[in-house]
Amino acid sequence: MACFTVSVVEAVAVTAVQKHIEKKEHAAAEVSGVPAEPTEASDETVSWSTKLKWLSFMLWGGAALLAFEHLWHGEITPWFPFLTAMSNAADRAEMFHEIATVGACMAVLTTVIWLGICKAADMIVRRRSAYADVHEA
Amino acid sequence: MTLLITVFAAIISTMAWYVRIDRGDMQLGFLSLMFCGASIMWFVDAVFEYAELGAEYFTPAMEDMMNDAFLGLCVVALGLVIWMVRLLIRDPGGRLRGALVRKS
Repeated sequence: MACFTVSVVEAVAVTAVQKHIEKKEHAAAEVSGVPAEPTEASDETVSWSTKLKWLSFMLWGGAALLAFEHLWHGEITPWFPFLTAMSNAADRAEMFHEIATVGACMAVLTTVIWLGICKAADMIVRRRSAYADVHEA
Repeated sequence: MTLLITVFAAIISTMAWYVRIDRGDMQLGFLSLMFCGASIMWFVDAVFEYAELGAEYFTPAMEDMMNDAFLGLCVVALGLVIWMVRLLIRDPGGRLRGALVRKS
């Protein structure tokens, strides 16, 4: 009914945090005089702004495609209040229940999988470094 | 069916991203993450539907399956359109800008 709204709210928050961290990383790079792009992966780790960008892509993309599915099934309208379930109290209660269960699970699972991707990315970066160390020695 | 089509789109776009990993000029990572996000969300939807319907979930009516497949293809098309528009606006390789400058 409106399960994608949880992902949209999380995507807005993640994008705001990502922009803030990106600015801080740029400022830190300017102060230290490091010419490298701070959003790119460094030698030892992947920057937080890059990781958060992955999560925001997953959330925005997933929510956009899910919103299209809701439009397809007639659950979203282009006019106020935009959600057909808002028209009566029974549907509204069902919609809020779905947001709290399905919507919340979608956002949580996406975030958990993203954490796994981040962990894997850090491990891959470290593994490459270790490989280079062995071959350079 | 929608979940299955989106999962295949996610796998194909991730493979395409991996093949062109050294050249980030096609923004395939964005496309891959978009389909991965959608696949995760539809997976959760499918789990809840399975909890409600039980084994009946795996034996949908032909008409429902066709409608879901049609929806899945439309979702993939929409994802590709979003990716293409973003690619042309961002123009990371500067190809579009180069072509426009050459023409004018």
